[in-house]
Formats: sequence, C-alpha cells, structure tokens
Amino acid sequence: MTDLTRLTAAETAEKIASGEVTAVAVTEAHLARIEAVDEKVHAFLHVDREGALAQARRVDEKRASGEKLGPLAGVPLALKDIFTTKGIPTTVGSKILEGWIPPYDATVTRRLKEADIVILGKTNMDEFAMGSSTENSAYGPTGNPWDLTRIPGGSGGGSSAAIASYEAPLAIGTDTGGSIRQPAAVTGTVGVKPTYGGVSRYGMVAFSSSLDQGGPCARTVLDAALLHEAIAGHDPLDSTSIDAPVPSVVEAARNGDVKGMRVGVVKEFAGEGYQAGVMQRFDESVELLRELGAEVVEISCPSFDKALAAYYLIAPSECSSNLARFDAMRYGLRVGDDGTKSAEDVTALTREAGFGDEVKRRVILGTYALSSGYYDAYYGSAQKVRTLIKRDFERAFESVDVLISPTTPTTAFPIGERSDDPMAMYLADLCTIPTNMAGNAAMSLPCGLAPEDGLPVGLQIIAPAMADDRLYRVGAAVEAAFEARWGHPLLEEAPSL
Amino acid sequence: MTVTDLVSYDDALATYDPVMGLEVHVELGTKTKMFCGCSTELKQDANSQTCPTCLGLPGALPVVNEIGVESAIKIGLALHCEIAEWCRFARKNYFYPDMPKNFQTSQYDEPIAYNGYLDVQLEDGEVFRVEIERAHMEEDTGKSTHVGGATGRIHGASHSLLDYNRAGIPLIEIVTKPIEGAGERAPEVAKAYVAELRELIKALGVSEARMEQGQMRCDVNLSLRPKGAEKFGTRSETKNVNSLRSVERAARFEIQRHAAVLSSGGTIVQETRHFHEEDGSTTAGRIKDNAEDYRYFPEPDLVPVAPAREWVEKLRAELPELPRVRRNRLREEWGVTEHDMQSILNAGAVDPIVQTIDAGAPADQARKWWMGELARRANEGGVDLAALPITPAQVARVCALVAEGSLNDKLARQTIEGVLAGEGSPDEVVAARGLAVVSDEGALGTAVDEAIAANAAIADKIRAGKIAAAGALVGAVMKATRGQADAARVRELILERLGAEG
Repeated sequence: MTDLTRLTAAETAEKIASGEVTAVAVTEAHLARIEAVDEKVHAFLHVDREGALAQARRVDEKRASGEKLGPLAGVPLALKDIFTTKGIPTTVGSKILEGWIPPYDATVTRRLKEADIVILGKTNMDEFAMGSSTENSAYGPTGNPWDLTRIPGGSGGGSSAAIASYEAPLAIGTDTGGSIRQPAAVTGTVGVKPTYGGVSRYGMVAFSSSLDQGGPCARTVLDAALLHEAIAGHDPLDSTSIDAPVPSVVEAARNGDVKGMRVGVVKEFAGEGYQAGVMQRFDESVELLRELGAEVVEISCPSFDKALAAYYLIAPSECSSNLARFDAMRYGLRVGDDGTKSAEDVTALTREAGFGDEVKRRVILGTYALSSGYYDAYYGSAQKVRTLIKRDFERAFESVDVLISPTTPTTAFPIGERSDDPMAMYLADLCTIPTNMAGNAAMSLPCGLAPEDGLPVGLQIIAPAMADDRLYRVGAAVEAAFEARWGHPLLEEAPSL
Repeated sequence: MTVTDLVSYDDALATYDPVMGLEVHVELGTKTKMFCGCSTELKQDANSQTCPTCLGLPGALPVVNEIGVESAIKIGLALHCEIAEWCRFARKNYFYPDMPKNFQTSQYDEPIAYNGYLDVQLEDGEVFRVEIERAHMEEDTGKSTHVGGATGRIHGASHSLLDYNRAGIPLIEIVTKPIEGAGERAPEVAKAYVAELRELIKALGVSEARMEQGQMRCDVNLSLRPKGAEKFGTRSETKNVNSLRSVERAARFEIQRHAAVLSSGGTIVQETRHFHEEDGSTTAGRIKDNAEDYRYFPEPDLVPVAPAREWVEKLRAELPELPRVRRNRLREEWGVTEHDMQSILNAGAVDPIVQTIDAGAPADQARKWWMGELARRANEGGVDLAALPITPAQVARVCALVAEGSLNDKLARQTIEGVLAGEGSPDEVVAARGLAVVSDEGALGTAVDEAIAANAAIADKIRAGKIAAAGALVGAVMKATRGQADAARVRELILERLGAEG
C-alpha cells in the first residue's frame, strides 16, 4: 500500500477527491508518523489530534454528500505556532504565552479551515520568530531531519522540519528576515515569502510589523503554489493587506518555463563567508538556467551590504513596541502576583521570567534605537537604507525578470555552534533580508547537496512585488530540470528517521 | 502649598505675564471605535465592548475608522487648519495597565490638521484669536478603578479593576499655540476658548462634547514670565480640568501659585498637576523630566492617511455656520446686547430660542420665555434647559395663544406650568385647567359695571379726562375675574362706558 505521508499535497488532494483514500486515513497516517518520529525531530509544540480528525471527517462527509471541495481538501498541514488558533494553544515559542488559549482565529487559520485543510498542530519556532535555528524556542530545539544534531533553520524550523520528515506535506511559516526561506534551504524543501501584504497578518503574532509576512512551506513548487493561493488575498482586518487580485501562482507552477527570461545574479551575495559547496551548487543552478533558455546576467545591488545592519535596527525597534503588550495584565504568564507587589513589579518580573535572552536582547536594542536623541541616527538611518535597498531592486528589475542568489551562505550548522554568537547567527539571513526590507517576493527551493557535508543547499529566486507568479514559473522549471537530473526529489536522499 | 500662600491675583498680574497652552481631548461620537468594530456606547458592563484588537491580544491588528478621520478633518477645517495631504499614525510607547498594547496609537509629527485659529468672544464682546498648533487623531485608554484606598487614587489602594470598554474610542486632541498677550484676562480667555470649542464640536455634529461625561477634557498648561520678558517661564500642566468654570479657576490658581513661587525666589518645576473641584486648587502629580521618552515611531500596522483633496473640499463646503458667527447673526436679528447674548449662551438657550422662532413665535417672546420662566425652572430643577419637558413648538404655541388674545401673560405662565407638569399640550392644559381668557362680553360688562360702581371717585377722574387712572379699574376687573380677562379689552370697555377716549 502507498505510504500516504510520502505523497505530495496535490497528489493527496487528488486521491481524496477521487475517493481513492479518505481524508481521515490521510490524517491518521500523518498522526502516526508524528507519533513515530516527532520525539526525535521535535517539530511540533502541540498536536491537535482530535481537531484534525474532526476536520478530516467533515471533509469526507462533504465529499460523500457531493459538496464541492477545495483544491487542497483533506490535506494535512503543520501551522507555525505564531498564528492564533481559537481554542488551541498558541505560544509563539515563548514561556510568556505558555497556556494561552486564543479566543480567535488568525485570518490564515480561518482560510485554511475554509479551504478544508486539516491542521495537525502547531510547530516549533524561535521565540517570537527571533532566530535562525529554532534554538531560541522556550520549548527546546528542533532537529534537522537530514541530521538531527543540526539546526533546521529558523525561525520556522518546526514547519520545515515537519515537511522534511514527512510529518505533513504542507506547512505555514512566517518570514521577517528569512524565517521561511532559510529553513526551507537547510531542510531541502520549498518555502515562499509572498509580497508584503499578500497574506493577511491578522492573528499572526507580530515580531516586526513592517517586515513580517506569512507564507507557504511545501516539498514541491506546485504544492507551495496551491497553499499560497489558499491563504493569500485581501483581508479587511489587515490595513496593510493588498487589495488586488492574487497573482496566478498555481497556473505559473503548472507551467514552469524560463525560456527568454532574464535572470540576474546578485553580485554582492558571494565571497567571504559563503561555503564552497553552497557556491558550487549555486553556480550549477546558474548554468542550468542558461541551459533552460534563460539569459543570465550579473547585477549589482550595492545597498544590500547594509541590509543586515539596518534590519537589526528596524526589526528590534518594532519588536520593542510590539512585545510591550506582554505585561501580565490580560493574558499569558503572570509572575510574582502575591498580593504585595505593584502592577509594575509584576509586569517586570513576568517579562524577566517569560522572555528568553534573544528576545530581551532585541527589545533592549530596539528600545535604545527609538530613544529620543538616538532615533534619527539609528531608526531614521535604517529607514533610509531601506529606501536605498528598494531602489536597488527597482533598478535591477528594470533589466531582469527575477534575481537569484544562494538562500543562505552555509548549510545547516550543528545545534549549539552559533548560539553564543549572535552576529554569526544573524549572518544566516544575509541573503534573505533585503527582500523583507523592500517588501517584494522570494522563494527558496533545493538545488542539491553540498559535496563537503552532504546537506541541502537552497537557491533563492527573488521577484518584484506583486509578481509572485514569476517565482513559481522559474521555480517549477528549475525543480523539474533538477529532478530529471537527480532522478528523484532531493528529499529522497535524506536518511530515514 | 496651601491656598493662603498664594499671591493675590492683581499682584501676580502686576509683575507677571501669563502664557497658556490648552490641550483639549474630544471623544468622537462615532458608532464604533477608532481601530476596531466595537461599540462606543457608554455605561455598559465592564469589558463587554471589547475585541482582540482593542484588548491588544497577540496578533490582532487595527484598521482606521473612516468616520473618525472625517470628523478630524471637519474639526480641522472649522479651526481654519491646513489638512495634511499625507500623514501617518505613530505609536506613543509607555507602560500603563489600562493601555492594552502599552502603546497609544496616536499621531506625532504628522498631524492630520495644523496651523489654524479659533476666534473667541469674551463677555464684553472683545474677540481674542487663539492660534491652533494642531489637531490630531488618537485612541482613548481603558479605565482603571483603584479599590481599597481612601481617595480613589492608586496610592493606598489594595487592587485595581480594569475596564477596556473605553480603550480605542476615537479622540481628537486639539493643541493651541502658546496663548500670549491675554494678561489678566488669561483665565477668561481659557474658559471662552474651551466654551467656543465645545460649541464648535457640537455644531459639527462630531461629538456631544459633554464635559461632565468626560467626552471633552482639558489640560491647562501655564507659565509666567516677568512683564516685558520674551522667554517663556517653566510651565505646569494641570490635567483633566473638566468644566468651563474649572478651566478658568485652574488658570487663575496657577497664575497665583506660580507668582508666589517666583516672587519668593523659587523655581517652578515642570510637572503635571491635579485640579481639585472642591476648592479650585491644584496639587503636584508626576514630575516631568527626561525619563519621559515615548519613543514615537510611525505605526507600521496602519497605512498612511491621504485624504483626497476633493473629499476635503466637499467637507469644507458642508461645514455649518460657525457658532460665533451664528451667535453674532442671531444677536443682531434679535436685537439684544452682547451681555444678554452671553447670558442666553450660558443658559444653553440659543437653540431652544431659534427653534421656538422657527415654530412661529416672535423673537422677543421666544427669548422672554426661555430666559425667564423656563430658565428659572431649569435652574431650580438643576437640569439643562433643553432637558425640560417642553418643546420649542409648545412654547411657540403658548406665544400664539397670547398673540390671539386667548391667554394673557399670567395664564400663559400657568399653561407652561401645566405642560411642564406633564398635563399635556398647551391646548390641553388650557382646556383642562379652564385657563382661557374671559371674553364673554356679557360677563365682562357686568364686572366692568361693578368695578365702576364700586370706585365712583376714580370713575369721575376718568370721565374728567384722566385716562391714566383707568389702570386702577382694570386691576379691579382683573381681580374680579381672577385674571382670566383680556386686560386690553377690559380697558377698552371701561373707557367706552365712561365716555373717555383711549
């Protein structure tokens, strides 16, 4: 019998729609897989067994009664624990929200349910999405299914690890500086950061409001497109959400083709700090694109060198304000409320106990950067860099259709290796951050294994804002060509757990 | 400092020149809150009007209330402000338990309206121009109730209760530029400004601006400088001064207190102060120093507000007549003095009088009733004139009955009394109480004859041409008819009977 956990989302939906399998059977298979491997992987913070089975049963009933099913009906999904889920715990990887049961669904959560998708549970993440390794989770690290002693990327390590370990065919992540793409790269999966405003942020716990963007994680480009379409679109509850039609991503994913396309290689993303095997696979991808009929040119984006520094002013500044609401007054952790202490003391004790080191580091950094007398030098200058980055992209997209780069400078590093060195950790997002700063769209997809360590390498494709479909057109073509070359999807080379 | 330590007001003004800044917060009367769909209705169960957004739950986001923006633009236009073509909200960051997000969504260096003025008229008719720095949009906080302490303040309380129903209600903050040159009239200018602003807000229909319900709150910033000096002195900020009278008293008290401190060689500390209704004094609150840093930055969760010029011009065209202009027009139409007009305004009688005139009453009659009998009754009952259980149309009907001779002044007064007592419309009261003027010529003739017979000496005087003496006989007849006669007709009958020419 087919292993239902090995199917793609598209295949699974097709089998459910045709009646070949039931949604309940598919869900049970994935729950069994989670049971079998998640002790080792630790992708999930919460598994909603009953809720998942109930949703699966509804899908089967709907099918039986002849109701129309969505294109992903009955397909299981792992949801990053940053989206609120009514009645289901939402921790954002933090102790400060331990035990909090949201009274409302995020727009993404609601759309997943409306699309008849089965939410298996909530996935592990760096606390408040601050990190590149998932080691900053208050609930322990997640292992990379390729090598459990290595990081699965972050902040959405749980979502990517869940997919890579076949615990779910689909997952949702969020990307503030690379938190979807970098985990996708190091786990050999596909991840997309849509155009800012393409997917509603309502109910997505804020880290850095002007940079945060939810998006799809999957094992194939087509699956990512199907999920993208299910969650994207205007939301009146998010005033930054784009009120325009969603780009035709599924159609693009079904028609991968780069013939005649102009592809720019970002010159600044190479050199010192880039692992040789990563650059080797990237260079091969460039060759492949040429072979497929694309015209590849080198493009300089000089401001990208300042992106990381500017990011670490803007994101902490916004987070220092966004995280102020965790004050023990209305929800979540409350420490020291023994009847003798003032509200201020209880707030201070709760934040002291409830936030981890990285969160505190960024809250302090951001508080400082916004302080009167420092605002112009720090936050103000960072905003100027942001404008320069946008201009670099605009100039680049005048001459090319998409840009490409390695997704991250290295393959998955060992757990613990960079946890005491924030600067080294921050460098993992070097190539992904400019896209967040400018608000346009990008994808990471597998382009092979680095020869020196046998670990996956990600290829990043970057498109202009509202041209998310280009990512899928290029991504699908690259994916098909690579799989033809390898003879199978890259993930099949991962060790069995 | 106690009240006895103050310098007398005249002495203070002899030495110092007051400079004021007034910050007024107006709660808009929108149906829903500024950034979510929750109701703004007052006096509901605690926390019954809340949602993820106004409770600041993780993940929740704001969306701007368009009516809130429209109201802000209307206020800005009425204050002769420029309206920003593009502006943003900003976060004002500070921790306080009744503020759900621990930042207030406000506006900082990009207010929606700026650079305006409001002309206010003092009691003697002098017009004083108050320059407006800005008017910006923001949200209200929740409400803390401190339990267990003696004063209701947080000091000494055992715990506090939080009600977030008010959190997120739209506010417009209107800030004046420094008000200079008012001299001894500074407290009067402050009061007149707030009064004028309140009238303006009401006329625009954007808020009921009831100060006693906290829909309009005023902070009075005040400093003194030696007469002739250019540089402003250090200011105090007296918070939440919530009646017109209190605004005047707070300014007056602060002038006297500052003068006392400065004259004795002391320095004024920049601090917030609490105003006390009981004795009109202020006491120190928080000291404002450099520690207060709100870390303002543009609100990334909201897109900029860019009101289309056509929209702004449409709103400008629809602005109602400004209260001061309207008052001056009415004053001229009614032919009353500045002082009388001020009394009418203070009594809240402008609209009732206008409506009574609109219902057909002569202006002097309408004014007479509202400023006389009805004002007295409202005062006795401690209610607003407009809250009396009589409508302008009913007052107009009483005026009409007087004009047609069915009622005289005394009977009209009784009719109004009946309406106020809930006995029905003026016509119903007249019928039920039998108040109609005695116009039966037979009955009236008898009464006149009796009066002439009983006052022969007076009758002779009238016959002799001393017409002025007729008043005594009219009085006698009126007394005999218990006032239910038309005095003018009685006079006619008397003169007729005695062969004198009126």
